[in-house]
Amino acid sequence: MKFGFTLAALALSLVSTASAQSNSPTLEEVRKNGYLRCGVSDGLTGFSNPDAQGNWSGIDVDFCRAIAAAIFDDPNAVRYTSTTAKERFTALTQGRQFEVLSRNTTITMQRDVSLGMDFVGVTYYDGQGFIVKNDSGVTSVDGLGGATICTQTGTTTELNVADYFGTHGMQYQILAFDKESEALAAYDSGRCDAYTTDHSGLYAARLELSNADDNIILPEIISKEPLGPAVRQDDPAWEDLVRWVLYALINAEELGVTSQNVDSLMSAANPEQRRLLGLEGDFGKSLGLTNDWVVRIVKKVGNYGEVFERNVGQGSALKIDRGRNALWTNGGLQYAPPIR
Amino acid sequence: MSDATLQREPPGRPWRAVAFEWLRDNLFSSWTSAVLTLLSIAALVTIIPPILDWAIFHAVWSGEDRAACLGPGKGACWPFIASRWGQIVYGFYDAVERWRVDIVYVVGAIGLAWLMIPRLPVKLWVGIAMLTAFPALVYVLLSGGMFGLPIVPSTKWGGLLLTLLISLTGIVVSFPIGILLALGRRSTLPVIRILCVCFIEFVRGVPLITILFMASNLLPLFFPPELTFDKLIRALVAVSLFSAAYMAEVVRGGLQAIPKGQSEAAAALGLGYWRTTAFIVLPQALKISLPSIVSSCISLFKDTSLVSIIGFFDFLQVIKAGNSDPVWSTPNTAFTGYLFAALVYWGFCFGMSRYSAYLENTVGGGKVGAGRT
Repeated sequence: MKFGFTLAALALSLVSTASAQSNSPTLEEVRKNGYLRCGVSDGLTGFSNPDAQGNWSGIDVDFCRAIAAAIFDDPNAVRYTSTTAKERFTALTQGRQFEVLSRNTTITMQRDVSLGMDFVGVTYYDGQGFIVKNDSGVTSVDGLGGATICTQTGTTTELNVADYFGTHGMQYQILAFDKESEALAAYDSGRCDAYTTDHSGLYAARLELSNADDNIILPEIISKEPLGPAVRQDDPAWEDLVRWVLYALINAEELGVTSQNVDSLMSAANPEQRRLLGLEGDFGKSLGLTNDWVVRIVKKVGNYGEVFERNVGQGSALKIDRGRNALWTNGGLQYAPPIR
Repeated sequence: MSDATLQREPPGRPWRAVAFEWLRDNLFSSWTSAVLTLLSIAALVTIIPPILDWAIFHAVWSGEDRAACLGPGKGACWPFIASRWGQIVYGFYDAVERWRVDIVYVVGAIGLAWLMIPRLPVKLWVGIAMLTAFPALVYVLLSGGMFGLPIVPSTKWGGLLLTLLISLTGIVVSFPIGILLALGRRSTLPVIRILCVCFIEFVRGVPLITILFMASNLLPLFFPPELTFDKLIRALVAVSLFSAAYMAEVVRGGLQAIPKGQSEAAAALGLGYWRTTAFIVLPQALKISLPSIVSSCISLFKDTSLVSIIGFFDFLQVIKAGNSDPVWSTPNTAFTGYLFAALVYWGFCFGMSRYSAYLENTVGGGKVGAGRT
């Protein structure tokens, strides 16, 4: 009797571990380590930046926290490795220094196809924009004809400006600087009419101007810079997991699940919410996680909208509008396939 | 006026005449030097006041966030440095564990000072302790995992701690390796000579960034997966080997300056190769190459800022990352950070340079032509 009970318990535990077992070696490694290793930037406002106490914060950081929450129910089970733009891809692929590269990286075909890594989706739709002085009266890029534009040397921003102004038949003059702070100081002192870099960077740059409110960021963008996290190509199951953490963040926002109301939704929820929160189906288990994986993510980190507002939106110093990063239902581009 | 000055100057001469003579002899001895003097004065007058104005007189000295440093006519934003002080000194080291770093700083400073001040006794034993017990202490204290100390992964080490750790390790490890390489390059045994030449020429022909990059990303490919070294250890090895190659050439320069008669005389006395080298040739060679050795230490100290390329938050990178903190970003934050970094680097390098000048005057016996760095 007692023996049979032990046997049954053993069998049961085997079954339950088997169902939580994934076929992802990366996930196994993360579980064994007890923490996720996450490659972030060397300091970019709103995306991944250490504060005075040394805690990392930002959209890219929160994405890693969401993965850790889904796996360990603990968003702090992450070790951050700072990477520079030069070494980020080798550090992920050959160096195997971390499991996720979440570092304001533009998704391009060449990077996706030939570097041995895969992008899982877009966490932030960025693009090159312009900042001008209020009193210049310019309200759109078309008004920049004949302007002097400050930028950094050796980046694609210079080429994008040439392309855009060339195709639109507008005159312009580029004033390129080696360092971003120099280019910005030149704009601030009035040596150029406009300063150009990525849209998100313009909001950060605005804080470094002597009077932020005297400057306006033009709404248009002249290039596509979709930023997204990447994983190594050799573990499709891990790639699925990371991709669906991103989709879960976006779906949670679309279905109105927030860190505030997630507990109350557990009892009364519509079928879509019930599937998202793991009350129906085995979606979490199919990723090698528990079925309440989205509950863990949303409770500890929030949904995509909360992450956005906290790090770069109205809850932050940057105050970036949702714009292209609004949900597709609100006229933006953020869209996630359904969980079903 | 002291007695000494009285003796040097003829009595009764007015100080104006003395000053006039000094100016005439030193600054206006010919019309070209007069022009150069005036130009230099003009340059100093135009450059220095605005810098002082910005860095001191119009600087902001206290404040909680960027609002304090914003506004027309405001200069350097020093409270930004104050707010980052912990990170500058310790990196991201866990706040409650920072006492461990403090111990390392204090023990290291006492040990170094002991070795550098000639009056203090038992140098040999202190030196042996600094080379054996101290590194062990640093390792145990900093990484933890032993004696109940919680583990602090090396990715959290940073700031001055990391800069000093890398440069001191580089200097201490590269010195003996450099000497061996230099001797090997002058060896009559072809295999040793060729190996040493290949190593030195390969490392000197490759930029430090490339070596760091290889150590950080390519090295793990060559090792079996069970055998992984910490990224910091790989970086330390890379920096040490890089600097050893340069050290080798510096020491070889010193070796070549020793006249052949020295070793011939030693051989005539019946000394073998090792004893000739250790007691006759090397002491003289090292004395000659002291200025260059210190130069390469100084340049290694500054080169450590390159480890930021492989994702370490050294002293400079901590300040750079601070610039992008929205709590502090103002037009002056970046420049304040860089000015502070420049002052700290200058302080360390100037200190090393003065100490080497002092050593040349004492150890080197004030030899003429030894030169000062």
